[in-house]
Amino acid sequence: MKYAVRTAKVIAAALGLAAIAAPALAQQGLDEPFQKPFKESLAGKTVAYVPVAMNFDLTEGWYAGMKKELEPFGVKFEIRDPNWNTNAGAQAVTSLISEKPAVMVIHNPDVQTYAKLLQRAENEGIYVIQINMGSAYRSSAFVGANWIEIGEKDTEAVVKACQGKSNKIAVVQGALSAAASAYTLKGVENVLAKHPEIKVVSSQAADWDAAKAKAITQTVLKQNPDLCGIVGFWDGMDIGTAAAVKEAGLTGKVFVATSGGGERKGACELVKSGAFDLNLSYDVPTQAAQMAGTIKWLLSSGAKAGSIKGSEYTTLIPITKENADSQTACWNLSDLKK
Amino acid sequence: MKRLRFNQQEIVFAVFAVLFLAFSIFLRGFLTPENMLTLLQNVAVLGILGLAMAIVVIGRGIDISLIAALAVPPGLVLQMVQNGHSLPASLLTAVLLTIAFGLVNGWLIAYAEVPSLFATLATGLLLAGLGQAALFQLDVVQWSDGMKGFERLGQGTILGIPTSIVMFAIACVVVAFLLRQTRWGAYIYAIGDNPYAARVTGIPSRPIIVLQYVVAALIGCFAGLVMAASVNSMPTRVFNSTLIYDVILVVVLGGIGLSGGRGGVLNVIIGTLLIGTMLNGMTIMDISYAGQNLVKGVVLLLAVITDSFLNPRNEETAQQGDI
Repeated sequence: MKYAVRTAKVIAAALGLAAIAAPALAQQGLDEPFQKPFKESLAGKTVAYVPVAMNFDLTEGWYAGMKKELEPFGVKFEIRDPNWNTNAGAQAVTSLISEKPAVMVIHNPDVQTYAKLLQRAENEGIYVIQINMGSAYRSSAFVGANWIEIGEKDTEAVVKACQGKSNKIAVVQGALSAAASAYTLKGVENVLAKHPEIKVVSSQAADWDAAKAKAITQTVLKQNPDLCGIVGFWDGMDIGTAAAVKEAGLTGKVFVATSGGGERKGACELVKSGAFDLNLSYDVPTQAAQMAGTIKWLLSSGAKAGSIKGSEYTTLIPITKENADSQTACWNLSDLKK
Repeated sequence: MKRLRFNQQEIVFAVFAVLFLAFSIFLRGFLTPENMLTLLQNVAVLGILGLAMAIVVIGRGIDISLIAALAVPPGLVLQMVQNGHSLPASLLTAVLLTIAFGLVNGWLIAYAEVPSLFATLATGLLLAGLGQAALFQLDVVQWSDGMKGFERLGQGTILGIPTSIVMFAIACVVVAFLLRQTRWGAYIYAIGDNPYAARVTGIPSRPIIVLQYVVAALIGCFAGLVMAASVNSMPTRVFNSTLIYDVILVVVLGGIGLSGGRGGVLNVIIGTLLIGTMLNGMTIMDISYAGQNLVKGVVLLLAVITDSFLNPRNEETAQQGDI
């Protein structure tokens, strides 16, 4: 009882003190205790970025977006551009491990090549963020599209468009070695398993190449003029697919579904022109912001590299005729670079 | 007694005929006029490139940089128009760039006497690198409104025939005329057959070699424009693809010996037809990617083996650089 009275007195005294002190503090400003360590944990740190290649909308967009977010905090950026060469990429990752950047942002060319290297990097204390194409090793973070979901949604749209028509569809795959292509194909298969009435008349790899995609689609359309839909795996390649459909005079009759990073010229403009009926966008600026956010969080957390692991799958934006005109559905690389 | 002998051109033509016949009989939908046009259309760009390569190979050289000439100047046209320049100005710039590129190639090979394989390997990398680093914003240069109308170079039809086939035909006629009807063409054959003899007889061999590479680069640029028009964009990354091997394949398979001095436009057409028939037939059959490579490899091996079996190498005519 005596004890309780004493406690109450202490509380009262403390409250009184606080009442006196609070206005004084307000005049002097209140120090936010976490921002300084945050700034210190970012300043002067190096982030190394290894895409499969620069010079295309996705990788340029990610780079510009991350740079914009992180450079004001004194983060240094380093690009290693393997230019589609998997060996060069593996070498770049290996040499980066000995250079010890704080974070590595890795865009995998396939599931296996970098997997062991990335594990080694995290053992050495480097945070590894894998983007859009993951590897067999799960690192601190994955930020990117869910390819299986893309395959499923594109195929669902094509199946729906085929209702009451021939039920014949074609699939234009990317490169066989690419994980993104294989995962997307799995998504396609998932949906087709539920729709036995759909007949796939052609499922071929066009190597991410617009000219090859066009050649394949032309031949397929000549054999199957009643084709009702095409599932394409990347809008940069499916320009060719769409060109073949247009030349056959079947625009609007053959439903073309594809996916991509949502850059205005490659996505919205082509949906507007009727080349694509659906383009699932994994909105590169949002992805870049998520990557930058993850880097900020990891650096300021002080967590041991590889001790925590999580994923941020991208929320897809379906671009169709309805929203292709809007300002927000697509993005311009030139704006992002400003 | 006269022995029956075939040359490579006839063998390849026979392989083509057998394949074509087999596909026509066993493959429904192969032997239709529409499919025949598609077949040709799909290999038109490859055929045009084959013509460029043929000119150089007949003159006993090789041009590995052809794909750079296909990708970079046409890419520049699309990029410049995208940036707001007019189409004629952009085209002119691209043609000038192509000519300059051909001149550099030719000078290196004819005057600096760098072997053509190495010279064009290096210049091709240089031009592709220049494109990536300085000229293009993105790998795939998109079509823009300023290019309106120009897509007719690669899309649509002329008198019912797809335009790219017509372009291939025009290129064939032009190259055939150059090689067979002009003095320069005769000089190219002479240089390819025996460069030293050609020089001794007073043929201006160095300027002719330069000319070959300029013409090849220009044809490459033309092929690139047709390709860009046909897919409404220029995927400049095509430089990293294996297209150059397909081009060499068309030429060699058609029967233009790499040792120079032999062959002509007809050989390119035959080589192109064979590749086109194989690709088309396998696409209709929906053969997997790996399977297609396997079939391509086997057919080509067969053609080459049969050739070396029927036409054994002659020590007297074999030349250094023969492959």
